[in-house]
Amino acid sequence: MNTAAGNKTRLMPAALPGRRGRISDEKPKKPGRVILRLWSYLKRQRFMLIIIFILMLINTGSTMTGAYLLRPIINNYIIPHNIRGLVEMIGLLAGIYISGSIAAIFQNRLMIRVAQKTVFIIRAELFAKLQALPLKYFDSHSHGELMSRFTNDVDTISDSLNTSVLQLFISTISVTGIFILMLCISPLLTMVTLAVVSLMFWVAGRIIKKSRMFFTNQQNAMGTMNGYVEEMITGQKVVTVFCYEQTAAGNFEKINYDLRDKATGAQLFSGIMMPVMQNLNTINFAITATVGGLLAIFSGLDLGGLAAFLQYTRQFGRPVNEISNQYNSLQEALAGAERIFQVMDEIPEKADLPGATALTNTRGNVAFNEVVFGYDPDTVILKKISFSVKQGQKIALVGSTGAGKTTILNLLSRFYDVQSGSITIDGADIRNLQRSSLRRSVAIVLQDTHLFTATVMENIRYGRLEASDEEVIAASTLAGAHSFIQRLPKGYQTRLENDGGNLSQGQRQLLNISRATIANPSMMIMDEATSSIDTRTEQIIQKGMDHLMAGRTSFVIAHRLSTVHNADEIMVLEHGEIVERGSHSDLLKLKGRYYDLYTGQFD
Amino acid sequence: MRQYLPFFGKYRKALILAPALVILDVLCEIVQPELMSKIVDNGVGQKSMSYILHTGGIMLGLSLVAITANIGNIYYSSHASVGFAAELRKGLYNKILKFSFSNLDRLSSASLVTRMTNDINILQDVTMMSLRLLIRAPLMLLFAVIIAVRINAGLASIIGVAIPVLGVSIYLILRKGLPFFEKVQKKLDKVNVVIQENLVNVRVVKSFVREDFEVKKFACTNDELREMSVKASGTVVLIMPVMQLVMNLSIVAIVWFGGNKIISGSFQVGQLMSFITYITQILMSLMMLSMTIMSFSRAGASVQRTTEVLKAKVDIIDSPAAVNEDLHVTRGKIEFEKVFFKYHADGSEFVLRNISFTVLPGETAAIIGATGSSKSTLVQLIPRLYDVTLGRVLVDDRDVRDYPVKNLRSAANLVIQQNELFSGSIRDNLKWGNVTATEKEIIAASRDAQAHDFIMTLPRQYDTVLGQGGVNLSGGQKQRICIARAILGRPVILILDDSTSAVDVATEAAMRQSFRNHLAGTTVLIIAQRISSIQAADKIILVDNGEIAGIGRHDELMKNCMIYREIYLSQQLQKGTAG
Repeated sequence: MNTAAGNKTRLMPAALPGRRGRISDEKPKKPGRVILRLWSYLKRQRFMLIIIFILMLINTGSTMTGAYLLRPIINNYIIPHNIRGLVEMIGLLAGIYISGSIAAIFQNRLMIRVAQKTVFIIRAELFAKLQALPLKYFDSHSHGELMSRFTNDVDTISDSLNTSVLQLFISTISVTGIFILMLCISPLLTMVTLAVVSLMFWVAGRIIKKSRMFFTNQQNAMGTMNGYVEEMITGQKVVTVFCYEQTAAGNFEKINYDLRDKATGAQLFSGIMMPVMQNLNTINFAITATVGGLLAIFSGLDLGGLAAFLQYTRQFGRPVNEISNQYNSLQEALAGAERIFQVMDEIPEKADLPGATALTNTRGNVAFNEVVFGYDPDTVILKKISFSVKQGQKIALVGSTGAGKTTILNLLSRFYDVQSGSITIDGADIRNLQRSSLRRSVAIVLQDTHLFTATVMENIRYGRLEASDEEVIAASTLAGAHSFIQRLPKGYQTRLENDGGNLSQGQRQLLNISRATIANPSMMIMDEATSSIDTRTEQIIQKGMDHLMAGRTSFVIAHRLSTVHNADEIMVLEHGEIVERGSHSDLLKLKGRYYDLYTGQFD
Repeated sequence: MRQYLPFFGKYRKALILAPALVILDVLCEIVQPELMSKIVDNGVGQKSMSYILHTGGIMLGLSLVAITANIGNIYYSSHASVGFAAELRKGLYNKILKFSFSNLDRLSSASLVTRMTNDINILQDVTMMSLRLLIRAPLMLLFAVIIAVRINAGLASIIGVAIPVLGVSIYLILRKGLPFFEKVQKKLDKVNVVIQENLVNVRVVKSFVREDFEVKKFACTNDELREMSVKASGTVVLIMPVMQLVMNLSIVAIVWFGGNKIISGSFQVGQLMSFITYITQILMSLMMLSMTIMSFSRAGASVQRTTEVLKAKVDIIDSPAAVNEDLHVTRGKIEFEKVFFKYHADGSEFVLRNISFTVLPGETAAIIGATGSSKSTLVQLIPRLYDVTLGRVLVDDRDVRDYPVKNLRSAANLVIQQNELFSGSIRDNLKWGNVTATEKEIIAASRDAQAHDFIMTLPRQYDTVLGQGGVNLSGGQKQRICIARAILGRPVILILDDSTSAVDVATEAAMRQSFRNHLAGTTVLIIAQRISSIQAADKIILVDNGEIAGIGRHDELMKNCMIYREIYLSQQLQKGTAG
């Protein structure tokens, strides 16, 4: 429902009233290049486009000839009282109009097909691109930003392909055609119309220019308002707790009235465009009628010609209006397309090196050799980390936030590549391995538990698509999820929606562990994977995991001592370096950082 | 609709002037074709230049009046509609500010934000439209029909055919097309869900190497969307050509019948011309009207959603007696007396059952229990964030409902789990706890919450701007600022709801120590997961599945309470392995 606003524009063909005369200050930076690139999509349906173009010519042609026929009808048949000729002409007129409308129907429908197909391709390509982008990209761009590529930007393209592009063509052709026909009827009257139309363009230009400024102001004020509302309403519980209502209301009032003042200006200028154009058109009509009447007396302008001409002045105003309208929405669409293409041009995850080998029968001997890494090359997170892990070991990584624990795991799965040094699995540098085979052999369970809109069964099966129902149940039993899943309304067939909104964080973590379990990986990484599961349940899961991972290498990151205490080796990281390593009891005896962190016996 | 009228209050003048000006505009506009026909029939017919100039002058004059009226209309209607939106937004926000936690739970914050932004924008547009198009289109239609009938009633019967034909066609097209749009919306939502999920799940997709799987999945939903969009837009797009067809065929009919009348001498060329113009105007107005009505029907949903907020019943308010008595919390004694609680009055199950305990002034009490055992709800009853369903909560031996909410809440500071910090500097955020706090007090509170040291390492220290464009803090750092913020209010009762979960044990211990030293008189209530965090409490309350499963000191519970012992053992394994 909250997309109602977006829907409205989509519902209404641009030529209709009610569509908010949006005038934005968005402009593509390199319009030429964007148009060419959009054309490369449209071009795939070249044949359709040619048909549409022909239909469009028929349609616009019929409107213009129809109006022009008024002249001979009045001059040659009505005034001389020629009924038989009138019958023929009426038949011809009806025929022209009907064929024009039929052409218009097909032209519109075909264009929508072309537009939707194009949008479909763009959306699919953008999505595929998203899948190919490295993690780094997602870490440095907000989800909202990427979502708006798919929603707002694709929508504006869709809107303007649906209507604007076609309208712009039709309007341009109409204006040219009508202008020529007007010249044929009376060059002098045409000059009059031209003068008024120039005035219209000038006024439109002024209004657009003014309203751009107001719109930018409104946009900023709106941004402030939305930001404030979003922040304060999300934090409303805190507002309540601290009795902050009055201050909040006071701040709101200021922002609200500021927005009102800016928005009034913007509304005024955007709202004024259409009516003023209409009125100018009427003025044009008045002047044309007067001058036309005078011309009829003094220079013999025929009445049929005057009738047709007056009909044209009515028609002329509309496309002129349209052009300025459509031009705007087209600019917006081009700006959106430009942003989409920017994403498409991002550098994807590096391809596997030529000759990269597949990782099979992984034993799980992992070694970090003097690994240096930072997300931003200037701030080093890992400082020459070296360690090696033997097959079947359970390694725990502990240390305060920001010490680099998760980074180590990011590097191991090659979400990021090391800056210097190397990581090897069974002696092979992971950069020489096929990335997909590497990731298949490592299962990762993360603290953030996001699920897919699908059944519980499908969510768990995500770990291994070909797993049978029995295997799914076995895996979830091992992960300690089976009992709660059974209690769900439809058991394994319960559909999860809204990111599994009705499950507790702990339950979602259990599903995540099940998903990793069914993948039957050679190595497992658990990054705070049980942080929201109470300690009693956690013990049960751990037994299952220990059983599953017997003989396989696993890495565990956890805050809780109970999660890590039985690891074969615990590594304590501080500021990107390993400061202590050893078994739980060794480290406790050491009475160093680990002891401090986990006993809490400061005093 | 009535409850929306007050929001127009300040803009009453604009509200009346805007429609009045539209009427003026329509009147000036509508006579133009008729004047034109007079120019042709009388002026040209009698070759009277002065008549043409005179009539032309009137036309021009009327157009100028029309343009002025129009600009005036837009001026007033933008003032009225934007003003209305601003007042409505304010009304909505003031209402939300009064909301209790249960109101907030029912209407999620995301949906409240949409109501405050999108929905109000839609209402603003609709108001703008009502003050112009909704009045203009029917008036134009009406006047044009009247004039057309006056010119020639016989010819006007063509209008009688054209209007229903167009009306019915538009209706049929919309009836077929609009349901498609709802389906488009659903498909669009589906597409967006897939994208959204892929964004949040990017690590999962990559680690299971499911990129191709996702692309295929997306191709399906994407294609469904395309198909439905083609259907929907493909239907609605018929409106314009159909309208054009009806209009053009009417013109053809007028030319034919009108032409015949001219030949038989009962009609004039100029009249024919103006008639054509009128029918164009009539049908255009009909279009406008139907489109306006269509966008109105879409606004219905927005009206409903804002009304829901405006009408929501706020359940926690000061009783008149509380306001009169103006009680303040001074000592900090807390007592629960057979408290039962459920979120909805008609809900079947109580989430808290038969809770009774007492915490004396200055004591530190801890609440422990598995997730989902309603510990947070329990403590939120103290500052009256929720009201009990049965039983009583007493503070300083008075029912919490006897205090003005403001006095109660400023004495009982709660650090809730959703640690929200707001954009602004760290100092601004801390001052939420106490607007008049001095620099010294701010530093002292931050020290107690173990936040001072890390704040001093930040580039601009207490002036560091948080959030967008500023520094992003780790979970533990945020928690410590939230605690400092609560301490700064010098509360009589301090409640920490799992507020140190991301703070490491060592820091937490230091924090406990400074609480002991500096908050000696404050009653402290702590909810925690780690037994180490609460071991030293004067009183530990073990909540299990909504009931109290044990109360006592650590050693007492170790002796008497099996569940407590289990929790302890699951956390203290190192004692076993390390010896």
